[in-house]
Amino acid sequence: MGLGRRLYRGEIDVDFVGKWRLWYSLSAILLVISFAGLLWNGLNLGVEFKGGSVFSFQPTQTVSVQEVRETFSEQGIHQPIVQTAGDRYRVTTETLVESQSLRMQDVISKEFGTPVEQVNVQSIGASWGGEVSTKALWGLVAFMVAIIAYLSMAFEPKMALAAIVALLHDLVITAGVYAWSGFEVTPATLLGFLTILGYSLYDAVVVFDMIKEVTAKLGTTSKQTYSMAANDALNHTLIRSLNTSLVAILPVAAILFIGTTVLGAGTLKDLALALFVGMVVGTYSSICVATPLLVTLKEREPKYQAIARRLASTGGGKGARRAAAAKG
Amino acid sequence: MARPTSSHSKPGRTLLLLLALILALGGTMFLQKAFTPKLGLDLAGGTTVTLSPVTQDGASPPEEILDRAVNIIRDRVNGTGISDAEVAKSGDNIIISIPGVGQSEAIKLVATTAELRFRQVLAMEMTPIAQEQLATEAPSPDVSPTASTAPSSTPSVAPSQSARPQPSGSPSVSPTGKALSSALTDPAPSTSPTPSQGDRGNRDKKSTPSPSATDEPAPDPNAQTPNPQIDTKGIDPAVLKQYAALDCTDPKNRGQGVQDDPGKQYAACESNGSFKYVLDVAKVVGTDISTATAGVQQGTTEWVVQLDFKSAGAQEWSKLTSTAYNSQEPRNKVAVVLDGVVITAPNIISPIPGGRAEITGQFDQQSATELAEQLKYGALPLKFERSSIDTVSSTLGQDQLQGGLISGVIGLALVVVYCLLYYRGLGIVAVLSLVVASILTYTAVVVLGQNAGFRLSLPHIIGLVVSIGITADSFIVYFERIRDEMKEGRRTLRAAVEVAWVRARRTILIADAVMFIAAIVLYLLSVGGVAGFAFAMGLTTLIDVVVVFMFTKPFIALLARLKFFAKGHPLSGLDAERMSVADTSGSVRKTTPREA
Repeated sequence: MGLGRRLYRGEIDVDFVGKWRLWYSLSAILLVISFAGLLWNGLNLGVEFKGGSVFSFQPTQTVSVQEVRETFSEQGIHQPIVQTAGDRYRVTTETLVESQSLRMQDVISKEFGTPVEQVNVQSIGASWGGEVSTKALWGLVAFMVAIIAYLSMAFEPKMALAAIVALLHDLVITAGVYAWSGFEVTPATLLGFLTILGYSLYDAVVVFDMIKEVTAKLGTTSKQTYSMAANDALNHTLIRSLNTSLVAILPVAAILFIGTTVLGAGTLKDLALALFVGMVVGTYSSICVATPLLVTLKEREPKYQAIARRLASTGGGKGARRAAAAKG
Repeated sequence: MARPTSSHSKPGRTLLLLLALILALGGTMFLQKAFTPKLGLDLAGGTTVTLSPVTQDGASPPEEILDRAVNIIRDRVNGTGISDAEVAKSGDNIIISIPGVGQSEAIKLVATTAELRFRQVLAMEMTPIAQEQLATEAPSPDVSPTASTAPSSTPSVAPSQSARPQPSGSPSVSPTGKALSSALTDPAPSTSPTPSQGDRGNRDKKSTPSPSATDEPAPDPNAQTPNPQIDTKGIDPAVLKQYAALDCTDPKNRGQGVQDDPGKQYAACESNGSFKYVLDVAKVVGTDISTATAGVQQGTTEWVVQLDFKSAGAQEWSKLTSTAYNSQEPRNKVAVVLDGVVITAPNIISPIPGGRAEITGQFDQQSATELAEQLKYGALPLKFERSSIDTVSSTLGQDQLQGGLISGVIGLALVVVYCLLYYRGLGIVAVLSLVVASILTYTAVVVLGQNAGFRLSLPHIIGLVVSIGITADSFIVYFERIRDEMKEGRRTLRAAVEVAWVRARRTILIADAVMFIAAIVLYLLSVGGVAGFAFAMGLTTLIDVVVVFMFTKPFIALLARLKFFAKGHPLSGLDAERMSVADTSGSVRKTTPREA
């Protein structure tokens, strides 16, 4: 039977949990690369976070917002925010050093006919600076605490822990992609991060719900270790995970495609990248990180160790032997 | 957990309920004639106001004070938490950008200082404005100021009766018989041509009412008020002088901006100029407030601002009210002073323990809400004036919105195609679920935009597109459960639909609860755009629950009655091939986990 047909019928049996070494190493490598990028390159923070310069001028001839934006981009200014304010133009850029802003004043004067002395330049503080970011960060911390509390109640503390670790894993890797690609981090991308947060958790919760249901039936006489049961649950929800991810990623992929190919630089591209990477990593982590991690934690429990030992001694399969050997 | 039979029998009724919900939202849209969502700063532009700090010597305010002001203004402007207004420093100035055109009024209120004080009234009197209002019951308050400005062209005239403006020669009318002390009925001695609060000292020199003049009973011949003389006991003579000089008929004396020292007695006007007061030192101030809310007073239709005090403030408040309660008229009143102006000065009918208070005044819903927001987030450490107001265009190019919408449509089309290919007949349920979710989301966003100031920005739109995935997931979870039930081969489709629902429902609710908790925590703890985004996230999660419970489930239950689905037609998505029911070839070596 072909893979497609087996997928359609939901008859797949991949030993995800057994390959935990592979997943852990892969994730470790990704995390190291991401941290390296964050330390090395840092994030390219937008004007909203760092503050910038505001050019204000009144063109003598009619120009479009698009033309003004292009004029700034041609001077190597990354993602200027161009606004009209009455018949004046207001352009917010990253913080420019004096020589740059002087040159920009000249260019504006030449292109739009405004006398140089009437091109007004002001510095502007971060609208998303200090307080806003701090509050968002605290919100995030409280969010994690609330989620851990809720999942500990709805499931169990170990599942909550595994879900949160997977979540952090997704966030770090997504941030790493930004660090290496140099894409701008704007408030929009920050919101993209938050979407990933919800999405990644949602995915993990559905998988864990099934694991909880399956492993609840494990008793002293059962023929399965915790890892085997968890792996079954994983395979069981695999179709759902893949379908859901595909359905969620399709629109984002479309946005990313249009954002990069048709529009070029812009908020849309930055936002779509965060979502795309986050969702791909989120799908991977809920299957290959959260569940193996949960199994690693659970197999330490005496109850499941006993099952594993018993099955190992009766030749109960590879997974059982591994579980018994690793933790016994 | 409810038994599966609870939602078993009446899918039609649930669907009707959903239809009613959609119609209610749609009807609200039609009634309010709002058919498009309000857009945020990045998509539709808005109003930008530059606030410049006003300092005594014109020097730059210290950086940290400016930062504090920025934070307070940001809290106020985002008070409801779902608008994405931006506040930034620019040099010494503060630039506020609010989505939507013509919002400068809103920004004006945001920029008021909002220093709140509670002061016991030591003396008070009616001004010509009030007298005239009472006499003529003319609702237009701007009549009296013009009438009374005439005599102020004759400066330095002592409180002589000759200086009285004609129209206010009727102080005796006071038809309501309101108990007022009106020893000094002459409002006109403050004759300074520039009566800004800055040169009050100046005015004191020009106007001549000596303390002795006010000390003497000096009953106004026209005044028939029962308490014609003010009790100067305990009043600082300097304040008394200011009081005598204070001209409440001049709006400049009752505008925003007087920074009254809470540690000193103070002469002040009522906000509409109808009374003036000598007030004791402030015993309770704005920082004693823990929270403020706007509401309607019980049993009336009057809007009030309710205050809760912190514990120390509650004690002071209790002390202040009992002092006032034990005092003689007019000292039985406590004035609520906002930015140096008396909003209201109610009689204290009994001491108020318990740390709660209500401010009444001429509030409507909007002004009460605004005042509550201002008080809640504290007073600004600086005084500001608006130096420029601009209507600005969107921060994002039109192309970004168009690109987002086009790709959203492409993405949706891909999802529809995929659902139909994979789930065949049942794919229609998925697609219809998405359609219902879209309708609910659109109407909810429009209604919330109209009534709660919710504005869509680009990240919101992308977030809504992503939420498609989550809505679809609920369906997928449910369907895979139905398949499990069918696989066991023991059930009919109609039974499987119900049994699977119980299992799927739990998963969906737990997963949605996680999303909802996330949304609530972020909404409560963060500000500006993040809070707005969290709001949208919570909204879509709720809509997901509504759609799954009120559409997907009952709709599938209805379909299960159709032969096409119940018999497992190859195009139904419930065929034997899909279900592996008839497959005994042995290639299915995996059993369902539940049997494990």
